[in-house]
Amino acid sequence: MANNNTLISVQDLKVYFRTGHECARAVDGISFEVRKEETVCLVGESGCGKTVSALSILGLIPTPPGEIAGGRILFQGKNLLELDEEDMQKIRGNRIAMVFQEPLTSLNPVFTIEDQIGEAISIHKNVGAKELRDRCIKLLKDVGIPSPVQRLKDYPHQLSGGQRQRVMIAMALACDPDLIIADEPTTALDVTVQAQILRLLKSIQKIRSMSVLYITHDLGVVANIADRVYVMYSGIFTEQGNTAQIFHDARHPYTQGLLASLPSRSKRGKRLYSIPGTVPNPAYKPAGCPFHPRCPHAILTCAKEYPEMCDYGQGHLARCPVLLEGGDGYK
Amino acid sequence: MNIDEKGFNQDFQFEAPMAPKRTRLQEFWLLFRQNRLAILGLFIFILFFCCAIMGLFITSGPDPLFDPAMIRLQEKLRPPLAKPNLDSLRREEIPCLGFYLMGTDDLGRDVFARMLQGAWVSLTVGFVAVGISVLIGIFMGGVAGYFGQHHIRVDHILMTILLISGAGLVMAHSIRFGAVLLCLTLAYIFYSFFTQNRSGEKSVPSWAKVFRKSAVSVDTLIMRIVDIMLCFPSFFLILTVVALLPASIYNIMIVIGLTSWMGTTRFVRAEFLSLREQDFVAAVKTLGASNFRIIFRHMMPNAIAPVLVSATIGIATAILTEAGLSFLGFGVPPPHATWGNILSDGKNFIFDAPWLTFIPGIAILIVVLSFNLFGEGLRDVLNPKLRERH
Amino acid sequence: MELLNKDKQIVLRVQNLKKYFPIRRGFFQKIAGWVKAVDDVSFEIEQGKTLGLVGESGCGKTTVARLILKLLEPDHGKIIFRGSDIGEFTEKDMRPIRKEIQIVFQDPFGSLNPRMTTGLSIEEGLRILGIKRGRKRKERLEKLLKMVGMSPDSADRYPHEFSGGQRQRICIARALSVDPSLVVCDEPISALDVSIQAQIINLLKDLQDRLGLSYLFISHDLNVVSYLCSTISVMYKGQIMESAPAEELFENPCHPYTMSLLSAIPDPEPGIKREIELVEPDLSDSLITSNGCNFQGRCSIEEPRCLEEKIGFEKVGEKHFVRCWKAAKK
Repeated sequence: MANNNTLISVQDLKVYFRTGHECARAVDGISFEVRKEETVCLVGESGCGKTVSALSILGLIPTPPGEIAGGRILFQGKNLLELDEEDMQKIRGNRIAMVFQEPLTSLNPVFTIEDQIGEAISIHKNVGAKELRDRCIKLLKDVGIPSPVQRLKDYPHQLSGGQRQRVMIAMALACDPDLIIADEPTTALDVTVQAQILRLLKSIQKIRSMSVLYITHDLGVVANIADRVYVMYSGIFTEQGNTAQIFHDARHPYTQGLLASLPSRSKRGKRLYSIPGTVPNPAYKPAGCPFHPRCPHAILTCAKEYPEMCDYGQGHLARCPVLLEGGDGYK
Repeated sequence: MNIDEKGFNQDFQFEAPMAPKRTRLQEFWLLFRQNRLAILGLFIFILFFCCAIMGLFITSGPDPLFDPAMIRLQEKLRPPLAKPNLDSLRREEIPCLGFYLMGTDDLGRDVFARMLQGAWVSLTVGFVAVGISVLIGIFMGGVAGYFGQHHIRVDHILMTILLISGAGLVMAHSIRFGAVLLCLTLAYIFYSFFTQNRSGEKSVPSWAKVFRKSAVSVDTLIMRIVDIMLCFPSFFLILTVVALLPASIYNIMIVIGLTSWMGTTRFVRAEFLSLREQDFVAAVKTLGASNFRIIFRHMMPNAIAPVLVSATIGIATAILTEAGLSFLGFGVPPPHATWGNILSDGKNFIFDAPWLTFIPGIAILIVVLSFNLFGEGLRDVLNPKLRERH
Repeated sequence: MELLNKDKQIVLRVQNLKKYFPIRRGFFQKIAGWVKAVDDVSFEIEQGKTLGLVGESGCGKTTVARLILKLLEPDHGKIIFRGSDIGEFTEKDMRPIRKEIQIVFQDPFGSLNPRMTTGLSIEEGLRILGIKRGRKRKERLEKLLKMVGMSPDSADRYPHEFSGGQRQRICIARALSVDPSLVVCDEPISALDVSIQAQIINLLKDLQDRLGLSYLFISHDLNVVSYLCSTISVMYKGQIMESAPAEELFENPCHPYTMSLLSAIPDPEPGIKREIELVEPDLSDSLITSNGCNFQGRCSIEEPRCLEEKIGFEKVGEKHFVRCWKAAKK
């Protein structure tokens, strides 16, 4: 199953949230893998479960109300879900690091940049004060912060949004992890800064030969950075494949709809395609295919049967039997 | 342009499954129900409320069912549940239950009847005092929060001082001086009103410009008054004021109310400051709604939650304060029973008749506790940030 | 008379608009400097057209919107709406004009009163129009809801029962309840899900076609602006850097900032990418701008002259203006 190239493989992961009598199936059986030196994008709308899946890799789902209802997360052969808190802490930040969306709130405002990056290193590595400082400077240099020596004594509020996010990335890189999980790291940033951060992530990944699990809702970013893409909708993967397959040969009506609904200059004057309806509440998902109430191709079976993944070859899978070429998928 | 004349063929809207429709009240109850202590508090509160209302009716009137003022010297200091000595009592002196549920005091008065009468006092003191403080608090907080950036001019302050001193002089029977001061201020007010409407700032002569300077912002003024009020040790302030005023239950309510509005003011101001920046307020403003409507129709319902919480806890504090005042002898004048003066009377007999102190003491404890529990519960439900701790 | 006729086509004309916020420091709150949130902004919006105002966060776009709506008082400049300068109007004068200019906010969660049903929120506008409570108001309310694609029974529901897209529809309905002629859209879709954004864009476009509305569309997303707007103004640090018809701006961008914005668009469609090196903004000097061009320090074609002189608008084409002397020379 897991070939040598696989860094982390998530198998049939289910994460449920129980509140009162309701049970929100935030992540409802997803399987994916990230190979070495690869950038994988999880793309989906808010509430589709992409952040929850990332947090569950790091064991950061608050329980209760959260609950991992099933599945395995194999990281370098170990099932992360079976590790106790102590072992998990050795992996968090050390082997797998995370970059969050909001750079202002994920840095502690009362500590200097040096303190925070230093902390990230000294939790996992035993190094002296001098070396710690040198490492901090080197990390800041690596993430492209000008005059890093002066910046060390700065507090987060003295930096701009882009620089804060660079510091966050530096902290994530502190222990030279194998995998970086980036949860919408550029959503709060301006477009020009976003472009710079994406470029930075790409170059760091190449230099350090890491893997990146990039979570976003922005298809433009996906096209820019991803090697492979998983499209997530309402807790499941609707389509997966490499970037070219997703963007030029989308096979799931949701992916097709998303791409068609993006506004751009070339569509001026024409009416935009829009996916009707709204994203379902995770506690009240429709039966069958979760997308069927909004799907233009939906047939009666869609409301009854949970769709299977259909293989389009070369790792391109889409969960829509209706659109499967050469006959209908529901036999 | 007109909306009415256009046709409307909209795209078909799919309704995705939504959460079942629940009103805010249902949602509130669902959350509140989970806090058992708060439910207990609510239950005791309702019980207390009923007792107090019932107490009002059966202890007052020309021929009350329970007479809290009936003195039976031969029956003094009987313990709770004691049977009255039927031989020595006249018919109308026999308690209607047939026994003294909570005993009698040193004058042979029925403690149960007195407790019932005291419950009504406590309830009204609590509600009226808090009512006064909440009204003042909402007004001051609302003004500070919404109009806080407006500035008060030097002449406004001068005029206020003159008006108050003028009115004071009239009250103090030096009518001539007072009337002069009042006339002067009124004349100035008319003058400034007139010139302002006519041609604004230009008509003001240069020597008067000093008066038109802004002295202090409304927000600063109100919040400094709050700070000053908070500096007084309020219980002693109340003691002083009550000692000067004729002893009456209404004076106590008003004094407690006037010395406890500061917390509400701060809450309301803080809420208004954050609400004022919210988009929906701006949206209503762009629609063309008046300030009055924005404040009372749109902002107040959103600001009322923390006020409600502090009011609930404020009632408990007011009841305690009243009991304390009565205990010290500054409260409601003697023939009328309150929990504080029952306690105070009982302290002389604490070894011979412990129930005289225990019963009102425990009643105060339970009622105050229930209000506090209910208030805490309310706070947890109304403040989503605290909700997760449970 | 001529001027009046000309103004019939133009709904709103903004001239040299300025808004400075004081920075107060020290014990006595002395004014230590000024944040030039809006610094000499001029534009005009034609009847039934959309003007796009593009810029990064903190460039003053939202302040412009608030100035036009008179939620803030301008320090300098004219806001001419249908021939009258509303910049100088007092609150009382504004009352009858308020309803002509409406706004749709970015955050659909903060822009509806959580304690009011949607029906009541929208009716607020109808009440101000003078439509008495009763059947007529109810009919009108239902019509408005239908117009934005909501079912009439959503009038009795509270905002928390709706999703972001639905709330944004309700906000649009509220804005339209008073029959405005200009709607300011302050990032109306950036807080919405990707699949919902297209719905709202289509709705805005439909409403424009049907009701002849004019929009001031504020956004940081060039893709959306390029799709929706007829004219685009690019804003940076309180100033408009470049202003041109949409096609022209994309075909022939002149200002280095515009070029860097265009190259930074994360474009899902493969195309020619112009790579423009851009220095990251330094927060320390973003508050107080010195002399010269506002873009100094980030510009790739900077010259000594840019640091000293105040840079004015240069005309480079029909309706195409740029605030860069170097770009204009080319």
